[in-house]
Amino acid sequence: MTSIPPTLHENPWFTHTVRIADLIDETEGVATYHLVVIDGNSSSTYEFVPGQFNMLYLPGVGECAISMSGDPARKDGWIHTVRVAGNVTKTLARLERGDTLGLRGPFGTGWPVAELVGNDVLIVAGGLGMAPLRPLVYHLMNHREQFGKIWLILGARTSEGLLYPTEYAAWQKRDIEVTLTVDRSTAGWNGHVGVVTQLIDRLQLPRPERTHLVTCGPEVMMKYAAMSGLRLGIDTRRIWVSMERNMQCAAGLCGHCQLGPEFICKDGPVLRYDRIRPYLFVEQL
Amino acid sequence: MVTPVSPIYFAKSQLQFLIDVLRHRGYSVVGPTVDQEAIVYSEIQSIDQLPQGWTDEQAPGHYRLKKRDDESLFGFVVGPHSWKKYLFPPKTTLLSAERTESGWQFITRSADTTKFALLGVRACELAAMRIQDQVFLDGPYQDPLYRERREQLFVIAVNCTQAASTCFCTSMKTGPRCEKGFDLALTEIDSGFLCEVGSERGREVLDVFVNLARRASEGTSVVSNTDNDNVISPSIDDATPEQLRLAENARQQAVAQITKHMETSDLPGLLLSNLDHPRWKDVGERCLSCTNCTMVCPTCFCSSVTEVRDLNMDRVERERTWDSCFNPDFSYLGGSLVRNDTASRYRQWLTHKLDGWHAQFGTSGCVGCGRCITWCPVGIDITEEVAAIREGASP
Amino acid sequence: MPRKPRLAVFKFASCDGCQLSLLDAEDELLAICDRVEIAHFAEASSDLQPGPYDVALVEGSITTEEDAARIRRVRADSKFLMTIGACATAGGIQSLRNWGQIDEWVQSVYPSPEFIRTLATSSAIADHVLVDFALHGCPINHHQLVDILVALAEGRQPRVPSHSVCLDCKHRGTVCHVVARGIPCLGPVTQSGCGAICPAYDRGCYGCFGPSQPANTTSLVSQFRIHGHSPEKLVPLLRSFNAAAPEFQHASEQLVILRPSNEGCRS
Repeated sequence: MTSIPPTLHENPWFTHTVRIADLIDETEGVATYHLVVIDGNSSSTYEFVPGQFNMLYLPGVGECAISMSGDPARKDGWIHTVRVAGNVTKTLARLERGDTLGLRGPFGTGWPVAELVGNDVLIVAGGLGMAPLRPLVYHLMNHREQFGKIWLILGARTSEGLLYPTEYAAWQKRDIEVTLTVDRSTAGWNGHVGVVTQLIDRLQLPRPERTHLVTCGPEVMMKYAAMSGLRLGIDTRRIWVSMERNMQCAAGLCGHCQLGPEFICKDGPVLRYDRIRPYLFVEQL
Repeated sequence: MVTPVSPIYFAKSQLQFLIDVLRHRGYSVVGPTVDQEAIVYSEIQSIDQLPQGWTDEQAPGHYRLKKRDDESLFGFVVGPHSWKKYLFPPKTTLLSAERTESGWQFITRSADTTKFALLGVRACELAAMRIQDQVFLDGPYQDPLYRERREQLFVIAVNCTQAASTCFCTSMKTGPRCEKGFDLALTEIDSGFLCEVGSERGREVLDVFVNLARRASEGTSVVSNTDNDNVISPSIDDATPEQLRLAENARQQAVAQITKHMETSDLPGLLLSNLDHPRWKDVGERCLSCTNCTMVCPTCFCSSVTEVRDLNMDRVERERTWDSCFNPDFSYLGGSLVRNDTASRYRQWLTHKLDGWHAQFGTSGCVGCGRCITWCPVGIDITEEVAAIREGASP
Repeated sequence: MPRKPRLAVFKFASCDGCQLSLLDAEDELLAICDRVEIAHFAEASSDLQPGPYDVALVEGSITTEEDAARIRRVRADSKFLMTIGACATAGGIQSLRNWGQIDEWVQSVYPSPEFIRTLATSSAIADHVLVDFALHGCPINHHQLVDILVALAEGRQPRVPSHSVCLDCKHRGTVCHVVARGIPCLGPVTQSGCGAICPAYDRGCYGCFGPSQPANTTSLVSQFRIHGHSPEKLVPLLRSFNAAAPEFQHASEQLVILRPSNEGCRS
């Protein structure tokens, strides 16, 4: 499904210079970057499968793995939504339009877009987990006629943490049922309060045997979302999670990101639930 | 394809010519030598640097260099170093970054042109190299430095003629006989070596070596034919049946001396289905989490990347160093550690090495060289840990 | 451009070696001064400016009532307090007094013992105030110090490796002394930072960077005992610059229990 560019096959450390063409502040500590490759010899095609990631490199500070969050059909740059967490993202947050950084990728597995064709799709996102799912939402919208019913359940700690709020209307217009929930209600919030699994449990799936559950968010949320999906009658082979581990090489060469027998960087980040389930519930694996 | 040739016999002193031929061809010849009270791998120019008359005594957490009662050049097993340091060096620069007026420029490291010839590679070490080939070359991504060095590598294997108490290559089906993955393979007998050819490159080097050795011995032996192939020299020739028999006996001696065993019939599977076994906690109390086992292991490939920068940050290098799943920082994720105790780290190492490795690379990650047993400062024995997990394992 | 962080260096009971490491960083010192304002550093300048400080480097341990009070004032004056070296981080070599009779020592060492007022113990800074970051070593590695100062000046969280010296020995190709020679080496339980110098020069590690994470001294010491090393040899090994670091202290006290005489450890 995902083909590896020859340069990356031969040297996964090959790093492009990218310039910040644009940046949008999303919520507190979260920004979306539009990055354009500017090194002379290579014109990037910006090809990727929704769910894949790039390694962003801040020289002198380090690298971090960030999923693509833009429309896969868009060919004018890489779009990444980044939350300030560690030293790399903290440094990135101080950069401005026009500044440069390093980028290599794309790496990893994506959402199973081909397998979703002809099926209903239940998307469950928690907090920043919406970022790697947005390219999937775009893909489903771009090819809306290929898919059955689509639900998107999006949860966050508070309403401020709900990513991309200005786009929900457009998604709903394309017949995606968007439901929002927050852990904690704040002023002006009239929607659901509670965890995403409560909303999953309420769903009536017309054809669970033809439904895929795709989820990204905190590990504990994904575990409970998957269990809810199983209760609704979705098969383990139709549940997909996006895992996070310390990634350094992104190419299965450095050993950091292993979870059981999986290299999260190259066998994942998107993994079928039946494959990863035995290891998800073991502490300190 | 390599056309089979019958083994050549040559006298011990002539091994020097082989080193000379390789050095003349631009190889840096690396072989075993005595240093720091152990037999380590280092660049050599002369057979005088080989550990002649030395052997090693090994047990869990124990290694001693001992004098032999003969003058064998390869009368030992494997030591604290492994050949991986030449293909996957402990420290490498992956990339440089330079700040320019138009922003950061990234400079890919230039191709490595070092040609290594490894002298004295044992069967388990050949197997380890095949395993690292799978990790660094056969997957979707390759390690460029490993590839460049591997392509140029010349391997002279040496068959073991003895075993240490920590050896278990027979369990892992990697030795002690060197069967593939070499250019030349030697078996040491009292007076000299039997040499087999394993590749075209090996044959080519052997031909040059044989000619050189024969010319050098002309002064001392009867040479009476213009056709080189028929030159009879007492010190270099096709091996005689008696020499072949002696070599086979010597190799059999190693097989006979192997006492350690690791049951592999339920691997993979045993460890990943016993992640809650109480033995993990038990070994976690003995294990120092010091990383020694992973550093001496010829297949362990974990690494980390650090930023090496000048203060003004005009130039930055990305440096890759050997790292280990026993290093607590190794599992750092979002401000905390995924594997925050020694038991979980030991479990990661063992399950990866013996179990998960099969799923990842289609083979075990262990070659049975015994280094992790010998070089564990507290003598933890991988074979005993596996056996203990098998006891009381869930089905 | 944000304001340069104000840096202060404070000395408690110590030999000044760690402060000197900062001055030893000759190549980097000027560049550091570009990034931080050195507001208080008695070893370098008599111009001592009052707090508050953004970063305080604290050298030395607490051995007097006055210092116990002074470190609280330093803490109150400092946003980020970092201990530098074994004395500040673990109590230093002077924590050997913790196992002795301080009054007897004062009597026997000083000609006029009546002028000496001191605590019975030498304790780490963290026993008195909250420490934001601990830099190990006797002395510290000045490259690590420079990296940390730069990280702080650039607004990054400083990090130093916490793994054992063994990893560094293996990078260097140094053969393990414990295994190949039966020498009691503290490398497997000592934090990296020195670059594994001692083992490379034919001697065991004596733990000057303090316990690694984790430091399984119990397992290592029992192995040393199997090798035939006596508590008389092992206790002084554990009781040097980081004698009072919890993992080393625990291990040495376990060994003292094994000793035939209950003489303490004034060897």
